[in-house]
Amino acid sequence: MPEAPAGTLYRGREGMWSWVAHRVTGFLIFFFLLVHVLDTSLVRVSPEAYNAVIGTYKNPIMGLGEAGLVAAVVFHALNGVRIMLVDFWAKGVRYQRVMLWVVVGVFVVLMAGFLPVHLSHVFGGE
Amino acid sequence: MATTTPTIAAPRSPHRSSRTSWEMYGWIFMRASGALLLVLIFTHLIVNLVMGGGVSQIDFGFVAGKLAKPVWQVWDLLLLWLAMIHGTNGLRVIINDYATRTGTRLVLKSALVLAFTVVVVLGTLVIFTFDPCPVGAPADLLPSFCTAG
Repeated sequence: MPEAPAGTLYRGREGMWSWVAHRVTGFLIFFFLLVHVLDTSLVRVSPEAYNAVIGTYKNPIMGLGEAGLVAAVVFHALNGVRIMLVDFWAKGVRYQRVMLWVVVGVFVVLMAGFLPVHLSHVFGGE
Repeated sequence: MATTTPTIAAPRSPHRSSRTSWEMYGWIFMRASGALLLVLIFTHLIVNLVMGGGVSQIDFGFVAGKLAKPVWQVWDLLLLWLAMIHGTNGLRVIINDYATRTGTRLVLKSALVLAFTVVVVLGTLVIFTFDPCPVGAPADLLPSFCTAG
């Protein structure tokens, strides 16, 4: 196995995996967005049509899917800030690895705040 | 180990690209729109999924109540356009990276442009032509201001 050249920024460590995760979450969010605009457009059809489709989302499986979607959005947003700091902050490249762990830390805090609220809405009934 | 030193051609005049810097504008747009989208989407998620009844409150009355207000019309219009351009450009980069055949790239990018056009035109039309109190709809499904004197 040839070794990766020394001194590169992004091979096989935090930098590469954050890039992979950014790409995967962005891909997923895009396809959610297409569906999200299409179903929300039903408000233009009739209140009954919109409520009927949204009603099919109100179950625990979709609720967990929404939690996963919010997780993808939160990671993509925080890592996006990290990317901007790498690009525009003079010390961004030096701290890119540390900043990924900051992203993971803030992600855990935000999700720890969001999940109990969301899951109580999903599982707590009306 | 190579035994001969490869000869390298002498440097020529700097390469001048005839292309405009669209890729650079795309790169800048991803960062500028990303920063705006962070604020737009986090607010969107807090208002729709955290405050009030969260996801369980979402029905026609909730959405119509929001879309009747100019602030949320502008908010959602910005969200729609920025997120769709940001996401479409991201998908374009992914297609360029992984679809190696010209024909495959053409098919995937055509589908991407079609999806972008349909979703953006549809979403924009809905925001501009939406009526929160459609005539003949059951009053209990409508936002409360529809029936208030």
